[in-house]
Amino acid sequence: MKSSRFDATVLTLGFAFLYIPIIILVIYSFNASKLVTVWGGFSLQWYRTMWSNQGLMDAAWITARVGVISATIGTVLGTLAALSLVRFTRFPGRMLFSGMIYAPLVMPEVITGLSMLLLFVAVGIDRGFWTVIIAHTTFTMCYVAIVVQSRLLTFDRSLEEAALDLGCPPVKTFFKITLPLIFPAVIAGWMLAFTLSLDDLVIASFTTGPGATTLPIKIYSQVRLGVTPEINAICTILIGLVTIGVIITSISTKQAEMRRIRDEHVAARGTT
Amino acid sequence: MAKSLGPVKRKFSPWTDPSAVPFIRFENITKRFGDFTAVDNLTLDIYEREFFSLLGPSGCGKTTLMRMLAGFEEPTEGRILLQGKDISGVPPYRRPTNMMFQSYALFPHMTVEKNIAFGLEQDNLPKGEIATRVEEMLKLVKLEQFAKRKPNQLSGGQRQRVALARSLAKRPKVLLLDEPLGALDKKLREETQFELMDLQTKLGLTFLIVTHDQEEAMTVSDRIAVMDKGLIMQVATPAEIYEAPNSRYVADFIGDINILEGTVASTDSALGAPGTVRIDCDGIAVSVEQECQAVVGDKVAFAVRPEKVRIAPDQPAVTSVNAVYGEVWDIGYLGDFSVFLVKLADGRVVRAAQANVSRLVDRPITFGDMVWLTWPLDAGLVLTR
Amino acid sequence: MASVSETHPANKPSPARWLVVAVPYLWLLLFFVAPFLIIFKISLSETAIAMPPYTPLFDGFGAIGDFVSELDFDNYLFLTDDPLYIEAYLSSLRIAVISTFLLLLIGYPMALAMARAPTMLRPTLVMLVILPFWTSFLIRVYAWIGILKPDGLLTLLFQSVGLFGADDQVQIFRTDYAVFIGIVYSYLPFMVLPLYSALEKMDNTLLEAASDLGCPPWKAFWKITFPLSLPGVIAGSMICFIPITGEFVIPDLLGGADTLMIGKTLWTEFFGNRDWPLASAVAVILLIMLVVPIMIFQNQQKKVA
Repeated sequence: MKSSRFDATVLTLGFAFLYIPIIILVIYSFNASKLVTVWGGFSLQWYRTMWSNQGLMDAAWITARVGVISATIGTVLGTLAALSLVRFTRFPGRMLFSGMIYAPLVMPEVITGLSMLLLFVAVGIDRGFWTVIIAHTTFTMCYVAIVVQSRLLTFDRSLEEAALDLGCPPVKTFFKITLPLIFPAVIAGWMLAFTLSLDDLVIASFTTGPGATTLPIKIYSQVRLGVTPEINAICTILIGLVTIGVIITSISTKQAEMRRIRDEHVAARGTT
Repeated sequence: MAKSLGPVKRKFSPWTDPSAVPFIRFENITKRFGDFTAVDNLTLDIYEREFFSLLGPSGCGKTTLMRMLAGFEEPTEGRILLQGKDISGVPPYRRPTNMMFQSYALFPHMTVEKNIAFGLEQDNLPKGEIATRVEEMLKLVKLEQFAKRKPNQLSGGQRQRVALARSLAKRPKVLLLDEPLGALDKKLREETQFELMDLQTKLGLTFLIVTHDQEEAMTVSDRIAVMDKGLIMQVATPAEIYEAPNSRYVADFIGDINILEGTVASTDSALGAPGTVRIDCDGIAVSVEQECQAVVGDKVAFAVRPEKVRIAPDQPAVTSVNAVYGEVWDIGYLGDFSVFLVKLADGRVVRAAQANVSRLVDRPITFGDMVWLTWPLDAGLVLTR
Repeated sequence: MASVSETHPANKPSPARWLVVAVPYLWLLLFFVAPFLIIFKISLSETAIAMPPYTPLFDGFGAIGDFVSELDFDNYLFLTDDPLYIEAYLSSLRIAVISTFLLLLIGYPMALAMARAPTMLRPTLVMLVILPFWTSFLIRVYAWIGILKPDGLLTLLFQSVGLFGADDQVQIFRTDYAVFIGIVYSYLPFMVLPLYSALEKMDNTLLEAASDLGCPPWKAFWKITFPLSLPGVIAGSMICFIPITGEFVIPDLLGGADTLMIGKTLWTEFFGNRDWPLASAVAVILLIMLVVPIMIFQNQQKKVA
C-alpha cells in the first residue's frame, strides 16, 4: 500500500534523526583519540579519567541525592494535588490551583529559576543543597500531578464506595484500595520527577549555592570549553542508566500485560 | 384500587396489613443535583424480608434513591428510617446495609477470599471467625475452588457471585443490588434470577434491587415500584403492575399494550363498586368491566394487552364483546407468538398476539386479510391518569 | 449512572480531606506564586551596589505605604530604550514561531504514521519517541556540537563522500540554523506525543465513512483527520512554543554571538552583569508575552482532563 510505505519512510527518517546523534555520542566515548573526528581505536580511558575526576563524581553524588529527595517529596505533593484536582470539584481558588499545576509545565526555566532564587534571597535562606531540592520539588510535583491525575480520571469510584459500604472508613479506604491501585502511576510519576531533576541545568544554576554543584552544572561548564571525550563518557553512562531503567519498566509492563491476557483466557475457560 | 386478582395473590403480603411496621421508610425524600431534581418528594415503605424492585428508565432516580439508602448521597429534603431510626448523616461505613455494585467493584488487587473477607476485617472479627464466614460464603455461591484467584481470573458470572458473596458476608439487614445482572448474558441472567430468589428466601433478608429490565423485576420481586422522573408511578406486585397498571405510563412501560384515547360515554361504576364503563374512542365504542371513578365526559384511555385480543376472519357471534374490524397490515413473528398489526378503517393500528400453536406454514391469517379483533369485557382497562 | 454530588461522603469536608488540598496548594503558593510577586517587585527597584544587588525588599511592613511612591519604572524604560532588548524579544518570538512550525511539519507526519501503524507496534513506537526525552536535554544538545562543529562529523561526512573539498567546512555551528536544529531535535517528542494521542483516539470508521461517501483520501485528510486532530495540534504547539521562547541552553551552546534570544539575555544580565532588577524586568515582560499562550494551553489541558 502506498500510504504504509510513506509512513514507514517517515518513521525511519524521524527515528534516525532522534537517535543518530545519541549513538554517535556513545560511540565516541570509546574513542582512544581526543579528537572528535578521528577514530583512534577502542578505549576505555575516558571512563577512567572520568572516574578519577573527583569534582565530577561529587557532582554526580549530589545530583543523585537531590533527585531522590525532590522526586520523593514531589511525588507525595503531586499525588495530593492530583487527588485535589480530580476529587474536589469545588473549593475556593480551584481555578488558581489548577493554573498553578499546569503553568510550571511550560514556564520557561529561566523565569522559574530566577523567581525562585529571588524568593530565597528575599526571605534570607542560604542557597545550596536544600534550595535546589525545593526548586526541583516545585516543578516536578506538577508533572507527577498530571501523571497521577490521568490515572485517577479512569479510576472506578465504585471500588472506593464498595470499601466504604463494607465498613471501611475513608482514610483507610485510601490506603487499602485507592493507593495500591494507582501505585503504578505514582511510581511512573516518581521516575519522571527523578529524571527531570537529574536533567535540570537552568533552575539548578539559579537556586544552587556553594558546595551544591549538580552534574548538569558541571557538564555545562565543561561543555562551554569544548567537546571532550570525558563528557561523552559520563553522558554514555547516564544514557545507559536511563535506557536500562526504561527497558526494565517496559518488560515488566509487558509481562503484566501477558499475565492479564493469560488470566482472561483462564477466566474465559472458566476452569481451574 | 385495582380489583382483587385472586389466583396471583401471595401468602407473603405485609403491605396489605395496616398494622405492619415498615422496615425501611423513605419519607418525603427529595434529592437535587444543582438544578436537576433526581428524586421528587417521594415516600415509600419497604417491609422486612421483602424482595423489592425499583424499576424505571435510566435517569428516573432509582439509583439515586438506592445510593441514598446506602449513604453515598444525602437527601436534600426528607429522611430515611431504617427499623424506625433516622439514618441521615450516618456515613456509609456505619450503615447496616450492603450493596452489590453494577460493575461488581471487586478489588482487583485482592483474591476472591480477601475480597469476601474485606468487610468482616473492618469489624475486627477474630481471624478464625472470618475464615469460617468466608468459607461459608464461598460455599453459598459455589466458588470454593476459586478462593485464591484474583477477580480478573474469573468469568463474568463468577465475578457476579463473588460480588454477591462479598455483600452478603456481613449479613446486612438490607442488601442493595444495583443492576446486579446487567452485565450477564440473557441465559445466565435468567438462571441467576432464580438463584437470587432462592438465596433471599433461604437467608430471610430484605433485598432492594434497582433495574431497568422489566422481565427481571417481574421475575424476582414481591413488589415493584415503577419510577419516572423522580416520582413513583405505581407500587404493586408484578401481577398487579401488569394486569392493572394505574396509568398510561405504567401500562406502556411494562409489556406491550394497545392504548386508545377516548371519553366516558356512560358508567355505572364507582369507587368500591365495579360496573360497566362505556368509552367512545373516536368512533369505536368499547366496554370495560371495572371499578372506576371516572364520570361521563371524562377524558380517559382504553388499554388492552395484545395477547388478550382474539383475531379471527369471521364476525363474532356474540354481541356482548368488544369488536373492531380491519386489515392485517403487518405480522411480527416472534417464534412462540405472532403479533398482528391490524389497521382499522380510520388508520389506527391495533395489535393482537396469537400463540403459534401450529407451524408457520399452516397460518390461516396473512397480510391483507380482513379480520375481526375481539376481546371480552374484563380484558381491557380504563386508565384515568 | 447517578452523578456524584457534593454531598458524596468522600467529598465532604473533613480535616484529612482539607489537608489533601491545603498542602500542595500552600506549597505552590509559597514557591511558585510568591516568587512571581517578588520578581515583579524587584523589577521595580533600583540596582544597589551591595549584596544582594538590589535594595532590600522587606524593610518592615510600614514600608508598604512608601512602596507605591518608590515604584521605579527605570528598568522598564531602560528595556524599551535599548533596541537590543526589543530585538531580543522579537527574535525569540521569531525563532519560537519558526521552530514550532518546523516541529509541526516534522512531527505531524510522524504522529500520523504512528497512529496508522499496526496496533501491536504502537507501544514500541511510543516508547521510541519517549526514550530520548528521558535522556538529558543537555546531553542531547551537546551531541549536536560534535556533529555541527566546523571540524565535526558533518564536515567529515561531506568530505568523505566527496561533496566537500579538504578545506571546506560546514558553517552551521554558532548560527541560527544550529539553533533551529537543536530546538527541533530537543522538542520533537513534546510535539509528537500530543499529536499522536489526538490522532490515535480517532475513530477509523470516520475515514471509511468519508471514503464510502466518495471523498478521496487526501481530501478526507484535510476534511476529517486534520480538523479532528486540532486539539493535539494546539496542545503540542503550545507545549513547544512557550518554553522555546524562553530557551537558554540551546542558543547558548549552539547559537552564535548574534543569536538573540531573551533567555540568553536574562542569563547574561543575571550571571554576567549581576543586574538583578533588570533581569527581573526582562523576566516580567517575557511572562507578560507568554500569558496568552499559557492561557490557551491551560484551557486545552482542562478540556482534556
